Amino acid sequence: MAATSELPPEFIVKIDYDRCRRCKRCVMNCSFGCMHFTDRVVPEHKLCVACQRCVTYCPEHAITVTKNELAYKENANWSPELRKNILKQAETGGILLVGMGNPRDYPILWDHLLIDACQVTNPSIDPLREPMELRTFLGRKPDRLEFVERDDGEIDLATEIEPQVRLDVPVIFGAMSYGAVSLNVHRSLVMAAARSGTLMNTGEGGLHRELYPYAGNVIVQVASGRFGVHSEYLNTSAMVEIKIGQGAKPGIGGHLPGEKVDEDISKTRMIPVGSDAISPAPHHDIYSIEDLSQLIYAIKEATDYEKPVSVKISAVHNVAAIASGIVRAGADVVTIDGFRGGTGAAPMVIRDNVGIPIELALAAVDQRLRDEGIRNNASIICAGGIRSSGDMAKAIALGADAVVIGTAALVAMGCRICQKCYTGNCAWGIATQRPELVRRLDPQVGSARLSNLLTAWSLELKEILGSLGVNSIESLRGSRERLRGVGLDSQTLELLGVKPAGVGQ
Amino acid sequence: MVMRIDCKGLYYRKQNKIIRNAAEEGETEFILDNANGQRYIGSGISKKIKITVNGVPGNDLAMFMNGPTIIVNANAQDGVANTMNAGELIVHGSAGDVIGYGMRGGKLYVQGNVGYRAGIHAKEYKKQVPIIIAGGVAGDFCGEYMAGGILVLLGLNRSEGEPIAGNYLGTGMHGGVIYIRGEVDEYTLGKEVSVLPLDSKDMKVLTKHLKEYCGHFGLDLDEIMAEPFIKLQPVSSRPYGSLYAY
Repeated sequence: MAATSELPPEFIVKIDYDRCRRCKRCVMNCSFGCMHFTDRVVPEHKLCVACQRCVTYCPEHAITVTKNELAYKENANWSPELRKNILKQAETGGILLVGMGNPRDYPILWDHLLIDACQVTNPSIDPLREPMELRTFLGRKPDRLEFVERDDGEIDLATEIEPQVRLDVPVIFGAMSYGAVSLNVHRSLVMAAARSGTLMNTGEGGLHRELYPYAGNVIVQVASGRFGVHSEYLNTSAMVEIKIGQGAKPGIGGHLPGEKVDEDISKTRMIPVGSDAISPAPHHDIYSIEDLSQLIYAIKEATDYEKPVSVKISAVHNVAAIASGIVRAGADVVTIDGFRGGTGAAPMVIRDNVGIPIELALAAVDQRLRDEGIRNNASIICAGGIRSSGDMAKAIALGADAVVIGTAALVAMGCRICQKCYTGNCAWGIATQRPELVRRLDPQVGSARLSNLLTAWSLELKEILGSLGVNSIESLRGSRERLRGVGLDSQTLELLGVKPAGVGQ
Repeated sequence: MVMRIDCKGLYYRKQNKIIRNAAEEGETEFILDNANGQRYIGSGISKKIKITVNGVPGNDLAMFMNGPTIIVNANAQDGVANTMNAGELIVHGSAGDVIGYGMRGGKLYVQGNVGYRAGIHAKEYKKQVPIIIAGGVAGDFCGEYMAGGILVLLGLNRSEGEPIAGNYLGTGMHGGVIYIRGEVDEYTLGKEVSVLPLDSKDMKVLTKHLKEYCGHFGLDLDEIMAEPFIKLQPVSSRPYGSLYAY
């Protein structure tokens, strides 16, 4: 919001001048230009986005940021947000742009699902002292295995196995492009992925040359803009992903404004410095499932059939039929991104109103692929709205092979979800290219924090498996019998394939 | 040595594997006889090989290609030079839809017409400037989202009154340049482009590439240059700068 706007400030920055030592740390830390120093610190409330940077770094804890409660007169119909949006559009005539995932109060079905545990008849397992298997392999699995007996009596596998990617923990870092996020974010993600035995996803902005040595932990994305896509890029990967849709903005393209395209981003995206990077809404070589198949096999040809190919779609109304088409088109992995997934920038009207919850999409896709007898042909990755290891366990029980975290990973690196990613002013050095801000995220620290998060979630997932009396993630996968629903209507329960709590076997 | 491959009834996967493996072992020239719709010829290859295709190659010819030269002695289909990085393609015939999609470098010379969305989202990076020249006419949405590169339409052998390009020419264009030999109706243009006269620098660039083009197809450069050209360029490199409320 410009300081000259007539909109009332959203937040009020309170400074306790008795505690303030006038060190100006808040002035230095605020990347939105909210803090000024005359003879003392004076905040320009209108510019505050509540990113909490000044609050966190004030050595005297003299700053608090509160909501401007009286900005709008109370009205149950006309919420402050609606009025703010109309005022903003009346001033600018523009599409409202937002960052991060859908913040609205839609039902979160994870919070209506509960996990089973063993009691008496079927012993639970102590995960800290007994073997517990979290390894997951992503890729097409054969319909059946055939063996041949060698002359010396040993048995050999005769079936040719399609390429597989091994995950030590079933959590992948979500696609966030270099450009939307800083290089230090990519560095943190890739180092953490390597340390924890999982993958990061480049997003659609290419892979910086410096990260090429981490090829084994990278999913390279091919989106409609084809930025930085060339044969070497495709081959510098564990897996290639065709991005059709993103949960936060189904059916919408992307647009990295020219001012963010600096020398390094220009090199990675292979476009001139300062030019807009526009990702068209569709891939113009994909207008049908047959065309999608053509691109899948173009990538397989260019990578000599050595990499699994994933197709990522948004969770939309017809997601199950689309996923079936994707698998039949030759994809080895289907990634479904729910409507609460994050974004660096999206039109608010799309983010807040388009798509469906991932829980329902995941259940529908898994069931459809099972019904059609093609579930083994592709792995399912569940993205968009995974907030905890509990969500992860429930997603796996609903049929996911692995889950994706984007927002959770950013929060681990310092993000306070102020939702201003699109401004390029991220005070935490995440969604910015301003060198003085990028420097704020140390990749060593960022990657350590990400690894810690994955370690913690792995331990928690093992606890859940142990309490369920199983010693492998394979035993939880698609095991909806181990879930029960609370506070859900019968149709939702049916769609989820889950019984209501209180019902036994 | 030239490696001849009879493509009659040969599945594309096997055919391309033969080419890739032989190129890896040092083979530099290939002749594909009886090609009939095999996809992905030259796809993803980074070696400086030459492939002559006798017959009609399939979709995504030279996709992700990074160096080879491909000569097609027939028409080509859709997706020619898709996301191509470097190399040269000479098509002695017409080409289908979405040619040069996201093309970042190299040359694509088509003797005849091109379909819808030719040169869509072509882009350039430093010394890599893609060049697409079509001798005939182009379909709708030619040069859509073009972010860089040079696209030339010559409009040769047109029937009376046939436009050189379809509707929405250069729509969403925010970089690069389109040269057209002849006139286009204002209403066919995308709102992001404007028509400009060519200056001496344009003429130099155009002559250089057309000379090479004429050499491939036995055309007379002077005759082609005798007709006036127009230039289409984006009005702004930031067409969507004021679209959003921050």
